[in-house]
Amino acid sequence: MIFLTRKAEFSSAHYYWNDAWSAEENLRVFGRCANKNGHGHNYTLEVTVAGEVDPVSGFVVDLKELKEILECEVVRVYDHRHLNLEVPEFAADTGTVPTTENIAIAIWRRLEGMIPHARLHRVRVYERDDLFAEYYGER
Amino acid sequence: MAGLSQTERQSARPKAYLTRRYRLSASHRLHTDAYSAEQNRAVYGKCNNPHGHGHNYGIEVTLGGSVNAQTGMVCDLGELDVFARTHLLGRFDGMNLNTLDEFREVVPTTENFTREVYRVFQGFSGAKVVRIRIEETGNNSFEVGEEPGRG
Repeated sequence: MIFLTRKAEFSSAHYYWNDAWSAEENLRVFGRCANKNGHGHNYTLEVTVAGEVDPVSGFVVDLKELKEILECEVVRVYDHRHLNLEVPEFAADTGTVPTTENIAIAIWRRLEGMIPHARLHRVRVYERDDLFAEYYGER
Repeated sequence: MAGLSQTERQSARPKAYLTRRYRLSASHRLHTDAYSAEQNRAVYGKCNNPHGHGHNYGIEVTLGGSVNAQTGMVCDLGELDVFARTHLLGRFDGMNLNTLDEFREVVPTTENFTREVYRVFQGFSGAKVVRIRIEETGNNSFEVGEEPGRG
């Protein structure tokens, strides 16, 4: 079994807000992140897949293909977008706050089953270099 | 979801991991009274210099748990930072590790420092510490705990 990691970057705006709470409660819990004008980050995505090495090609997965999947499924959807306002999984009626944890989970769901010849092992999302979230598909 | 019990709702929540990186600077000297002076020099080399030396440690704290459905978080980052300021940075930043009670009986290698930091974060009530990773330099790093995603 070999693990292979591909990186991608996207820059997005977001804010943290839970419609079930009062404005005061949102400010208390989320602090500056509750500013509805939004703020942004340069996110770094690391997707790790696991699989066996093809004896002929020597590949676990065709990296060009993996790059294209990340581009279509994630980067084109998230990059230079406002996550709360423009990305369906974080729309207000979903009740899903676009935290780093939830972004990792959402990206897992976008990629699960999409990668030929390999199993999705880990999605790691860096919000900044001192903060990242990981999801391994555990429920 | 309305038909689920509280336990079922919790178990239906995905489990994720959050890693926060802190930096601190401290000095140490690797030396044990169990060895002779020659043995200490042979085992620890330049790290046995009696005057000590220091590192800018990069400390990664990984916490695991169910993502709270209301906040979208594994734990409150503000609470984690407050805890880390008091119990990690407050205790170790700018210190000579050899002078601390924690290292009276054990050599302050980064292995032992990593174990100590793991013990420290077991006292954090906001989420379960899963792993501590410490970079002593860009070339050396040490980990204690579980591999996330295996539980």
